[in-house]
Amino acid sequence: MADITFNDIIKPENLTYKKSKLMTDNVMHYCPGCGHGTAHNVLAEVLEEEGLQERTVGITPVGCSVLMYNYIDVDFQEAAHGRAPALATAVKRLMPDKFVFTYQGDGDLAAIGTAETIHTCNRGENILMLFINNGIYGMTGGQMAPTTLPGMKSSTSPYGRDVSMMGSPIKMADIVAMLPGTCYVTRQSVNTAAGVRKLKKALKKAVQYQNENRGTCFIEVVSNCPSGWKMTPVESNKWMEENMFPFYPLGDIKVPAE
Amino acid sequence: MAKIKGAVVVDREKCKGCEVCVVTCPTETLALATEVNSKGYHYSYAANPETCIGCSNCAVVCPDGVITVYKVKVG
Repeated sequence: MADITFNDIIKPENLTYKKSKLMTDNVMHYCPGCGHGTAHNVLAEVLEEEGLQERTVGITPVGCSVLMYNYIDVDFQEAAHGRAPALATAVKRLMPDKFVFTYQGDGDLAAIGTAETIHTCNRGENILMLFINNGIYGMTGGQMAPTTLPGMKSSTSPYGRDVSMMGSPIKMADIVAMLPGTCYVTRQSVNTAAGVRKLKKALKKAVQYQNENRGTCFIEVVSNCPSGWKMTPVESNKWMEENMFPFYPLGDIKVPAE
Repeated sequence: MAKIKGAVVVDREKCKGCEVCVVTCPTETLALATEVNSKGYHYSYAANPETCIGCSNCAVVCPDGVITVYKVKVG
């Protein structure tokens, strides 16, 4: 048993996990430990396993993930800030056989694009909205976002978010779950292997529902921003578990009747 | 009972040393190297390769997809 060497194990027939073929070889520009990379990997895996590469159109947002089209090898269209759901509506209505998804951050989806988000969900467009919630505007320097937690420090709320002045954080997933147009609303995370695997299951369900024309699928991913939160990646994941998860509880919020 | 032996291969040049895989590994196989890669990151490497069970948790949580996992049944 002890005579098996490292080189005996590293053979193509023993391969257990490799990054998806849809991920390009470009080095991602994300900061070390950023949840965006993990979310990209899972999304690419699902698209590959479902055989959707040829008929997927992704809508990239404005934010850190604006250059997402460099990393996943499917068709992409760039939208103006917050307008990804509006563009996705057009793409899906003109090409109903395509698999359409939007990938947005919290500044994009919950602040600038609130109207588009709510009305797209209300109309029940057959698209998947992937919402990466890290409670901050990551790309522009860590400003306060609508999803910033009460008391959480950011570059524009250096003493912590004061709820009496700045209002309470918005739980977008809970809001869109109330609309009749949404089919499947869930909140997941990517900080642990179990969380990533659950997100993958949720994405597969969303693909199935979109193929069945069931309505809007909305998947919120609670993620970290080590640079914006000024923590190491491991600290930020721990902070997220202790502070973000109690406010943004993980799990399915709305599941369609079978 | 068949025993599982695994092996991890880390693309050292693309690793950003975020340490998420090190924390996730259930068998303490991975660790950050004291050396750095050409970008100056302390890359992750298999410090205790004999303990790897090929669970691929490290590869699943890796934000940059630099880890490849192999696994074989022995005995």
